Amino acid sequence: MSDIDSARRGFLKTTLGAAAIAIAPGLLLFEAAHGKSGPASSKVRWGMLIDTSRCKTGCNDCVAACNKENGLSGGTGATDSQWIRKIEIKDIGSGRELSLPMMCQHCEHPPCVEVCPTTASFKRADGIVLVDKHRCIGCRYCMMACPYKARSFVHEPLHDQNPDVPRGKGTVESCTFCVHRVDQGMQPACAEACPNQAILFGDLNDANSEIARKVRSVASVQLRADLRLNPGIRYQGL
Amino acid sequence: MSIQPAVQFFDQSRARFRNRLFHALLAAGGLVVLAGLYAVYLMEHHGHIITGMNNQIVWGIPHVFAIFLIVAASGVLNVASIGSVFGKAAYKARAPLAGLLSIAMLAGGLTVLMLDLGRPDRIIVAATNYNITSVFAWNVLLYSGMFALVFVYLWTMMERRMNPLSKAAGFAVFAWRFILTTGTGLIFAFLVARQAYASAVLPPLFIVISFAWGMAVFLIAQAIIYAWNGKALAPEIMQRMKNLLGVFVMGTLYLVAAYHLTNLYFAHQSGFERFILAEGGIYPQLFWWGYVLLGNILPLLLIYLPGQGKTKSVIAASLLVIFGGFALLYVFIIGGQAYPLNIFPGYQVSSSFGDGQVAAYHPSLYEFLLGFGGLGIAFLIAAVSARALDFMPHDQPHSAD
Repeated sequence: MSDIDSARRGFLKTTLGAAAIAIAPGLLLFEAAHGKSGPASSKVRWGMLIDTSRCKTGCNDCVAACNKENGLSGGTGATDSQWIRKIEIKDIGSGRELSLPMMCQHCEHPPCVEVCPTTASFKRADGIVLVDKHRCIGCRYCMMACPYKARSFVHEPLHDQNPDVPRGKGTVESCTFCVHRVDQGMQPACAEACPNQAILFGDLNDANSEIARKVRSVASVQLRADLRLNPGIRYQGL
Repeated sequence: MSIQPAVQFFDQSRARFRNRLFHALLAAGGLVVLAGLYAVYLMEHHGHIITGMNNQIVWGIPHVFAIFLIVAASGVLNVASIGSVFGKAAYKARAPLAGLLSIAMLAGGLTVLMLDLGRPDRIIVAATNYNITSVFAWNVLLYSGMFALVFVYLWTMMERRMNPLSKAAGFAVFAWRFILTTGTGLIFAFLVARQAYASAVLPPLFIVISFAWGMAVFLIAQAIIYAWNGKALAPEIMQRMKNLLGVFVMGTLYLVAAYHLTNLYFAHQSGFERFILAEGGIYPQLFWWGYVLLGNILPLLLIYLPGQGKTKSVIAASLLVIFGGFALLYVFIIGGQAYPLNIFPGYQVSSSFGDGQVAAYHPSLYEFLLGFGGLGIAFLIAAVSARALDFMPHDQPHSAD
């Protein structure tokens, strides 16, 4: 090998090394900032088990946490978005009363996804049902199709949005399972905020997860199970 | 002054008057369309907050207008089909007018539907991102295909060299509009969670109501075009057409009854039927008085009672059928959403999101402006085309079929 080749090789090595050292921290910071840990995996099925015996009438902490996390106004008018709501129910026969949170049930076979003309409603591989705000044309057919009335339409211009939760006037939205938090290994805001630990969030497909163990050991139901949509949310004590 | 110049003068002044009247009508139609567009601008600027629609009643008055126009657009082609598919000469002469009315109403209806979207500026997304499982997406193809087919059909009828193809085009339109109206019915029939909608009766119901509404619109347009041209419709043709309208009206009444009776048969639907037919306030009122009495019984009397069935009573009957159509759609679309979803069978339910309660809906002026704007578009298209091209039915003196 000639001296010139050797010098050239040395120069290239030094340059590449320096470039790697210069770029690497930036790339690491970029990854850290976005919290990306690869695409959603179909091996995961995110879900919730809601223990209605722990959920207290009059407590709205999950709703308040959701509103704060997702930048919702918290209004309860007919045109206000409500991604999660507390429902009070009373058994007509026995008179037994219960309180429970209601939100998008993140169905395995979501009617909203089926009817959406533009594929704006979609289900991630890990079972989270979302609306692509850039594709939604605001036809509201998904709202007609949802058996749980889980979706809201943005009726007014929005201000001061949470950058992690983009919303848009004229589009439809609903509970995202706080996907921006879940992707960073955190819990949805409602589950974290519940003072009585009534909302258990986790991976239904992971046999060792707390939610999977509990679903195996206690009786729980899916709402409107007759529709065979296989929702990701189950209710205990209903 | 001799008689000849006087007649000429009279003809000229009559022509001038008609010309002015035509332009005044166009201007009026244009103003209605402009008012509709202004409502759209306000809805786009402020959002749907200025409408009466909300998170419970997500489809409102614009959808009543749009669906009426689209369903009637399909049904009016029945007149053409009886001519081209079943070979009836009296109807064949009316096929071009039926095709024109179909295109006009389809354009008006689709415009309303499109401009009511939350993001009408993104309508192109409906073409670039197509969801094969969505009935709405199917309808995008069905509606645009209908436009194209009816245009071709009109071309084959109005261009002499294309005449040999008009029967084939007529058959294609005949099949397409059945599928199209089935598709419109399926938009609702597939909504399994809502008690008002999940019913296999809906597609055939929509097909039969399309016949009645389309026929009613046709009879009115036909009366106008005859009056405009100073001609009288042969009584035997009027007789046949009004009888057909009567048969269609009875057909819709039968299928609407079948829809409600089948719902009543399913035990868990009886609450909804009690709401929509008896206890639901405006909805049963509109159903019984608006749809059944004014939209069906009265038109049938106007058509069949001895001494009735002349042009004026048939026009009145047609107007009432159209009014009844709007009443039925209001009850069906808005009443169907107003009744609460049954998420917890066997429980009393309440929440901050209207669970367990009948939803309130107060339509705003902007919604009506948009709806009437759609009617205005249909009117403009029909009026300008009928003026520019020959859509006047030309009956053969010996049409004996």
